[in-house]
Amino acid sequence: MEFSYEVEGGNFAKAGNAASGVKKVLKQLNVDPKVIKRIVVALYEGEVNVVAHAYKGKVLVDIDTSRIYIRIEDEGPGIPDIDLAMQVGYSTASAMVREMGFGAGMGLPNMKRNADAIEISSKVGEGTVVELTTKLTS
Amino acid sequence: MSDQQFYHALKVDKDLCYGCTHCMNVCPTDAIRIRDGIATIRKNWCVDCGECMKACPVDAFYVEQDDFEKIFSFKHRVAILPSVFIGQFSKHIKECEIIDVLKSLGFTHVVPAEATVDVINEAMLEEQRSDREKPMISAFCPSIVRLIQVRFPGLVNNIIPVKPPIDSTASYYRQLLQEEGKSSDEIGVFYVTPCASKIATVKSPVGDEMSNVDGVINMDFLYNKVYHVLKTRAESADVCHDTVPYLSPKGLNWSLTEGEASNMTGRCLAIDEIHNVISFLEKVENDEIVNVDFLELRACDQSCAGGVLLTENRFLTVERIKNRADRINASGKYVQNISEKHKQMIKETSEVGKIEPRSMMVLDEDMGIALKKMERVRRMMCYLPGIDCGACGAPNCESLAKDIVSKEAHLSNCVFVQRMMEKTKKLDPMHSIRIIEKTWGKDRLDKDCKKKGAKNEGL
Ligand SMILES: Nc1ncnc2c1ncn2[C@@H]1O[C@H](COP(=O)(O)OP(=O)(O)OP(=O)(O)O)[C@@H](O)[C@H]1O
Ligand code: SF4
Ligand code: SF4
Ligand SMILES: [Mg+2]
Repeated sequence: MEFSYEVEGGNFAKAGNAASGVKKVLKQLNVDPKVIKRIVVALYEGEVNVVAHAYKGKVLVDIDTSRIYIRIEDEGPGIPDIDLAMQVGYSTASAMVREMGFGAGMGLPNMKRNADAIEISSKVGEGTVVELTTKLTS
Repeated sequence: MSDQQFYHALKVDKDLCYGCTHCMNVCPTDAIRIRDGIATIRKNWCVDCGECMKACPVDAFYVEQDDFEKIFSFKHRVAILPSVFIGQFSKHIKECEIIDVLKSLGFTHVVPAEATVDVINEAMLEEQRSDREKPMISAFCPSIVRLIQVRFPGLVNNIIPVKPPIDSTASYYRQLLQEEGKSSDEIGVFYVTPCASKIATVKSPVGDEMSNVDGVINMDFLYNKVYHVLKTRAESADVCHDTVPYLSPKGLNWSLTEGEASNMTGRCLAIDEIHNVISFLEKVENDEIVNVDFLELRACDQSCAGGVLLTENRFLTVERIKNRADRINASGKYVQNISEKHKQMIKETSEVGKIEPRSMMVLDEDMGIALKKMERVRRMMCYLPGIDCGACGAPNCESLAKDIVSKEAHLSNCVFVQRMMEKTKKLDPMHSIRIIEKTWGKDRLDKDCKKKGAKNEGL
């Protein structure tokens, strides 16, 4: 089953829409709340990254009985050094973003920790694709 | 998901209800459907918040209570009285006057429901020092506990397993009277309730089974009785004198918004009104709320001052309670006099049993079947018009679709789908009418000038 959500760059009020939608679906599918939480936390961080760092993006979700696959793709500046971006505490967030409580450099590490598998590809000046896969049964 | 039925004090009067859908549209858990022209409540879904009752234009909802005469089957008749009862009266009426009237109505003892608040507060603070998941959530409002069980099952372990003061106050006073030599079966403890949800816990507590209350009296019923006596009493009536304050300032404020939050440690937030609570819990569930230690969550706007069985305006009630608390505080007269032994007893009885999650959102226990059902729901949504009009008897198109996959309704319940089916000759118009009558009752669409808003209303 597939779902898709739009993400608007710069609009923090709407960050989390995809996470809320996916949460509602997973609750109806009787997925363990602990698993739901991991998925939702990872997706929320991914959405916030699009809002904070890119111009616009899309979340594509595919669910079957064994796993959830989430693809967060954006049009944006891209990530020049992915290994560096993955490091805890690394952030290029602006002062404005930090003021809003984001920009601790925890997002990507958090996503990695909460998903079973994470795949990131990026082209500087074009955009970034983050793929998250998590098993639905524990 | 268990098939266990839950006790609800909230009932629909079938003669008064005319199936207007107001309640169905406001229910925060989508628990209401219209069948045969009458609102029906799904027991496992309802959290007793009272939103439906507040929204009903013809007062068709009522809260089932015990017959007042039942108090007289006991020799010792204890009223457990929440502070919001007193808060409804203006400052010109002294607490002792209200208590005197209650006694003249038949009670032998009038006890503040929040009398054990200090001990409960202590027990909650002890729990706060445990390694329970943060933010910890108060178990004060039974509607919130139920809401978490049915909609936020992942958060049940955040609930502090300490009962609200009312439960322990009931058992504490029973104990006190027994220690005075009164026999247990001669003591009748009656709870004056501000809402339907407190009754539900008194009658079928979440977590454990025992209850210390013999009966429940609705606050509006008793308020009217007391108010009537106060209004019609002779000028020369004896004036009572307050000796010691009836209740501690903390106890008075406890059931108001911030009542608990201002007495817990760390970063505490108080949120009232069920929709506010739902949107906040969504964030808690997503781990978006960090570094919060304690959440006081109440289903009613202005907490218990906004309880569905209160008569006076909730904002006035809050102001009046706060003023009374300030006066008592300033007098410095209040002394707490619960013995160490009793404190221990109160703590022991205040523990809530296990609060089980019982999600009402799952389409099926089996994930494979749930997935199939959801696919069907989404396919059906292609055909349903998305108008969310409620004419099918469900609160919105998506609810109808879910009802259909769980075999509680048919696609042809949708009045717009009916039109389309008639157009393609798949449905006979007379059959459509029969379907509508099944949802809305026979003769519902006949001319009726006595209905609300029609020209002969009330004649
Ligand atoms: N979608 C993206 N497009 C462009 N750059 C990104 C994107 N996602 C992450 N980055 C870069 O990687 C860095 C680290 O990301 P990470 O999510 O770990 O931290 P953050 O977003 O800066 O702060 P936090 O997530 O803790 O609020 C970001 O500062 C940013 O430079
Ligand atoms: S009490 Fe609340 S949850 Fe129950 S049916 Fe009414 S509105 Fe719905
Ligand atoms: S806030 Fe108070 S009155 Fe309202 S439902 Fe909760 S316990 Fe009852
Ligand atoms: Mg980030």
